[in-house]
Amino acid sequence: MSNLHELYQEILLEHNNKPRNYRKMEDANRQADGYNPLCGDQITLYLKLEDDVIADVAFQGVGCAISRASASMLTQSIKGETLAKAEEIFNGFHALITDPDADVDYDLLGDLEMLSGVSAFPTRIKCAVLAWHTLNAAIEGKGDSVTTE
Amino acid sequence: MTTSVNSFDVTRIREDFPILKEMVHGKPLVYLDNAATTQKPQAVIDALVNYYMTENSNVHRGVHTLSQLATDAYEGARETVRQFINAEHDKEIVFVRGTTEGINLVAQTYGRANIGPDDEIIITAMEHHSNIVPWQILCEEKGARLKVIPINDDGELLLDEFENLLSSRTKFVSIVHQSNALGTINPVKQVIELAHARGIPVLLDGAQAVAHVPIDVQKLGCDFYAFSGHKLYGPTGVGVLYGRAELLDAMPPYQGGGEMIRSVSFEKTLYNVIPNKFEAGTQNIAGSVGLGAAIDYVNSVGMDNIATYEKELLTYGTERLSEIELVQLIGTARHKGSILSFVMENAHPHDVGTILDAEGIAVRTGHHCAQPLMDRYGVPATIRASLAFYNTKEEIDTLVKGIDRVIEVFSR
Repeated sequence: MSNLHELYQEILLEHNNKPRNYRKMEDANRQADGYNPLCGDQITLYLKLEDDVIADVAFQGVGCAISRASASMLTQSIKGETLAKAEEIFNGFHALITDPDADVDYDLLGDLEMLSGVSAFPTRIKCAVLAWHTLNAAIEGKGDSVTTE
Repeated sequence: MTTSVNSFDVTRIREDFPILKEMVHGKPLVYLDNAATTQKPQAVIDALVNYYMTENSNVHRGVHTLSQLATDAYEGARETVRQFINAEHDKEIVFVRGTTEGINLVAQTYGRANIGPDDEIIITAMEHHSNIVPWQILCEEKGARLKVIPINDDGELLLDEFENLLSSRTKFVSIVHQSNALGTINPVKQVIELAHARGIPVLLDGAQAVAHVPIDVQKLGCDFYAFSGHKLYGPTGVGVLYGRAELLDAMPPYQGGGEMIRSVSFEKTLYNVIPNKFEAGTQNIAGSVGLGAAIDYVNSVGMDNIATYEKELLTYGTERLSEIELVQLIGTARHKGSILSFVMENAHPHDVGTILDAEGIAVRTGHHCAQPLMDRYGVPATIRASLAFYNTKEEIDTLVKGIDRVIEVFSR
């Protein structure tokens, strides 16, 4: 399989076309905006935190297939998880897309595994991590928007 | 008639640009990002090497031989630039870092001296950030206002609206000659005539135009003209600000330092004459020499030949891209330079850029430093293929094949 096919896997394209949890969350208690000035990707991430559990998560925004699919998969993977588990997932995901030789717990990542192809495209790592940086900002309660720059 | 193509041997011209032989991801490089920066002919690379190997020294005031050689090379480049844009005097050519610095220089000197509270500066809806932000900084400092000439859906300036914006408050007009994001070539002569009828000076941002159409600042009648060397097949880090001598003479200095002074004491400093008044510190001497070599090179090809050939490429590219149903061209002005900016129905520009890169094709994707313009069209970004005279119709065919590949990937 070529690098390109590995990057644009069918599951990724499917998440891009029909992103999960794509809506404005009216009763969110945390929210943050993310922006990638390089390509103009914009995302708003909504969280409903109940103690240290992510009871609900949703997002909206415009962006490339990588950033949309990554955001969609993010919501799928952390919904109902504790903050500690979400951080564990992010660390695993980050290793997956930046280090092709990383020892990754695939059970933990679920669909996120489909983003492994990004590691061959260094210029696209920012697209894949935008939603995650935005998640961190939302968890930390930073009102300001975050950027990937 | 195909004489222009016959007399213009693109195969031979490509031989002059060593980088065009490079392979990218195992495929021949198809370089379609010329609006960002152009590639350098061997003549420019040789001029830089030769300068550093045989002439390098600091310019002016030196009594030794190398200093004289370097000064001759530097001032020779200034004369080459003067002829190229047909300025009346050498002293009207100020070497700067690039278009951005040229515009900032005018905003910070002419602007600070002549623009006050409630005054208005007019720009267009298609400006690069470099012709927006320097004026915003000035407006904020002075309590002045920025006014924007709107455009139609084809990306053409609405001259009637420009006339409506002109008033006794208007103190400066700064517009782009050729849009970097749309390719539109603006009716700058008419803009200048309308502004001058009210005694308002005009700056032209020539960053794109200078490499594609012959420039004659006296015929245009502009007061300032700014451009970058690296978009004209020259080195990065050097550019030109042309200013009418009368205006440059009256302007306060930009930066203080060596070279821009006539005499310095702790009580009083006398400034140098133009253009040196605006060239504080050691300039990019090698870059200026390289720019001179770039101009000699494009002159040897002929700006008219370049313009004619690029027009053919643009027409061909426009036809080919228009045949693709999922492609929508952004910027369809009747009078435009060789830029093909477009969006695709089912694929984000950034994804398109990655897939094209895998085919060896270099295009730019993003907002092209023209975010207000992207907002005008309601798109976050476009894909931009910008053509130069070393590009070929075969390369446009490769681009079309690359776009087919995008469609194939995204239709799975």
